[in-house]
Amino acid sequence: MKRHLLEAADLDRDDATLVLDTAAQIDQALSGREVKKLPTLRGRTVVNLFYEDSTRTRISFELAAKRLSADVINFSAKGSSVSKGESLKDTALTLEAMGADAVVVRHSSSGAPHRLAGWVRGSVVNAGDGTHEHPTQALLDAYTIRRRLGRLEGVRVAIVGDVLHSRVARSNVGLLHTLGAEVTLVAPPTLLPVGVGSWPAEVSYDLDAVLPKVDVVMMLRVQAERMNASFFPSAREYSRRYGLDARRMGALPDDAIVMHPGPMNRGMEIAADVADSARSTIVEQVANGVSTRMAVLYLLLGGSPQ
Amino acid sequence: MASSAQPVRNAAPSVGDPTPGPVLSAADVARMVDRMAHQLIERCATDAPADDATAGLAGLVLVGIPTRGAPLARRLAARIEAFSGVRVDVGAVDITLYRDDLRRRGVRALEPTELPAGGIDDRLVVLVDDVLYSGRSVRAALDALRDVGRPRAVQLAVLVDRGHRELPIRADLVGKNLPTSRTQKVSVRLAEIDGVDEVLVSDEVAR
Amino acid sequence: MTHYLIKGARPLGGDAVDVLVADGRIAAIGDQLSATGAEVVDAAGLIALPGLVDLHTHLREPGREDAETVETGSRAAALGGFTAVHAMANTDPVADTAGVVEQVWRLGQEAGLVDVVPVGAVTIGLKGERLAELGAMADSAARVRVFSDDGHCVADPALMRRALEYVKAFDGVVAQHAEEPRLTVGAQMHEGERSARLGLTGWPAAAEEAIIARDVLLAEHVGARLHVCHVSTAGSVEILRWAKSRGVQVTAEVTPHHLLLTDACAESYDPVFKVNPPLRTDADVEALRAGLADGTIDAVGTDHAPHAVEDKESEWAQARPGMLGLEQALAVVIETMVEPGRLDWAGVADRMSVRPAAIGRLDGHGRPLAPGEPANLVLVDPAARAAVDPAALASRSRNSPYAGREVPGRIVATFLRGTATVLDGKATR
Repeated sequence: MKRHLLEAADLDRDDATLVLDTAAQIDQALSGREVKKLPTLRGRTVVNLFYEDSTRTRISFELAAKRLSADVINFSAKGSSVSKGESLKDTALTLEAMGADAVVVRHSSSGAPHRLAGWVRGSVVNAGDGTHEHPTQALLDAYTIRRRLGRLEGVRVAIVGDVLHSRVARSNVGLLHTLGAEVTLVAPPTLLPVGVGSWPAEVSYDLDAVLPKVDVVMMLRVQAERMNASFFPSAREYSRRYGLDARRMGALPDDAIVMHPGPMNRGMEIAADVADSARSTIVEQVANGVSTRMAVLYLLLGGSPQ
Repeated sequence: MASSAQPVRNAAPSVGDPTPGPVLSAADVARMVDRMAHQLIERCATDAPADDATAGLAGLVLVGIPTRGAPLARRLAARIEAFSGVRVDVGAVDITLYRDDLRRRGVRALEPTELPAGGIDDRLVVLVDDVLYSGRSVRAALDALRDVGRPRAVQLAVLVDRGHRELPIRADLVGKNLPTSRTQKVSVRLAEIDGVDEVLVSDEVAR
Repeated sequence: MTHYLIKGARPLGGDAVDVLVADGRIAAIGDQLSATGAEVVDAAGLIALPGLVDLHTHLREPGREDAETVETGSRAAALGGFTAVHAMANTDPVADTAGVVEQVWRLGQEAGLVDVVPVGAVTIGLKGERLAELGAMADSAARVRVFSDDGHCVADPALMRRALEYVKAFDGVVAQHAEEPRLTVGAQMHEGERSARLGLTGWPAAAEEAIIARDVLLAEHVGARLHVCHVSTAGSVEILRWAKSRGVQVTAEVTPHHLLLTDACAESYDPVFKVNPPLRTDADVEALRAGLADGTIDAVGTDHAPHAVEDKESEWAQARPGMLGLEQALAVVIETMVEPGRLDWAGVADRMSVRPAAIGRLDGHGRPLAPGEPANLVLVDPAARAAVDPAALASRSRNSPYAGREVPGRIVATFLRGTATVLDGKATR
């Protein structure tokens, strides 16, 4: 494993598999236990440095670190020196002086974790940067798929929605490809980046044509405000062409699953009855997020492998 | 390029066996496992009512410490069943996340933790490992057990005790005491993992 | 005034000769010249070029003297072999009045290292709404002939048309920063495969090309001169080639960094590589080199853009765009154009001195190396190679994209009207 986890490409197939296997072992070791805590990272300090509000991701990382007995410091940009104009570099030097062993960073600017990694000695974990990547989300998604379907090799995954602005899509395309899955991106052409043709994924504009041929459909959050910048004419038209409702879900193969990284816009990209259906893994994804992030923290902070 | 951790061909005369090769054979290993199984049956019998010598075995749980402690525990259970007709519970507890040498030794892949459905509360847990050396693995296993439940008692069974303890820990059952020097490496190999049953002593290559 | 006898230099790469510099002019050129009392400069193996002229420099004064001043920028220019630089108007206050351009001009005179030629803003405050007093700036002591809102595009087509027309009265030229603003909202880097992967908002080539296409048509229509700043795409070169073939009075410049670097630099997320227009693809770099070689692109303009450390040591999106260029401009041209055989030394003189001086209507610069001409010249050792050390730069800022890169061509001496501003590779003042 590399020292930092900044993007999906930091993990080769062996590394990614190790993370998933480790998460599975942790899940197994902790299942049914009253004491959900492991002493592994006792005396280590994990800083959650969040420049964007993201309660669910922060809590997931916080729980992961605490279950490994690390000391956790939450450093939220709001109300701190950061909001008073302190630069990312000065914040990094402060964390360095405090002896952070790992910095989990969420930032609205793509590449901010890369910059941070150049300024601190500890491990940097990207918890989502701008429209770039969110590698632990991809890991938990891959873990969820593997648990449900028993494999990743050859699994057909459709990622549907605002690929252009989605860090989840970028990380998933990279990681799922690394792990042998076949990804199809489905979106209106306005929400696909120029240059998407070089990604290791198929591209389609037609959700109905893709659904019967996939094992996994991953719905991305689409902000209704995008219509103000003419990415699509209206929420209603978007939902009609690219939303997953019960009728469309019926076109999926029998054991196909429905995923969503959250937070959902019910009624926009996903209908409520789909989100709550037996195919939906949305709640599992949250639980799997904790064990996957425990695995990441353990593997990054455990020191260099033997 | 120096290779590591192989039996050394030009090994200096070492304690036990001056020539390369196993100090304990497959037959030796089988005998040791049989003896330990008998000893466990006897221990449990002392806990049992006089009219049912095997009742104590019901309270026994054999918990292997991966990697090689886990198949050893299964073998012991199989032998106990063969000798007494009682099927005892077997499990494994991975200690990787409880180790105190993470910073120095680095990460390693985790192995399965599996415990009997009935848990370990108020039972006699016998930890099973292949080699007892510093005692740190056993300490980690004790910490792990504490998070899993509250056994009536915990005992330790090892195939080989090579000495050099760093903690006040001793084994209750030992297959074989093998005096070694710290520079030597003791390798227990088991058919389930290594394809062959044997115990090797080699001079550790500097690493 | 010190006289200099330059021994054994090769004018435009030709045969070695001696050059006598006296009273601000080239007094004589010939074999085995001697002059009593003249300081001898050993120029064996060195190439002599006319002093370089930059159409595009940001000197930051007034307003951001922490990043650069007229004096420090002038010193960087002299060390880069320049004898004249055009100082862009996006200062604080903006150079949109005769008062500000005269101030910048006077600071340049006081520094005395290069001729600092102010560029006037096209519109008041660079806002793109109303024309600045272009005539007053033209008539001022600074004699402004180049007008630009650089940093911003004159996006309003009607306003651009009027500006092109208006400056004809004093033989001015509008230097356009070609960037359709509606196509570059939030743009961070070249839009393509890399921006898609890096999650940085794309700056499409079409945003530049659309404005250039529009502006050459406007320039043709009103019969005015147009200059295009920092051309960065293959498509732009094609449009310029087409316009020139129609006889449009259009000129264009390319920056050293667009001749050398590509959007691959953004992979590091190090904002030292953030610049506007952004670094483009290998194919664009190739088209720019070809355009400079065949004359479609007239000049090299550095777009020297100093930034304080805090404006670059940040997240990519928060960083200001721009990079240093004056001190390594000739080196980059040697590496990308001379060494591969695409431009000879006469060509370098043409693109870096003669044509930019003509575009800016600078009388004393870009002149032939001949007796009687103003002694604006530079001596360069083409064989010397050295790694760029940002800490050793004369600029007050350190945002060089060439840090650590080994580049050819050491500037040994620069003369401004007979006065040595650089000798032995060091600034004389």
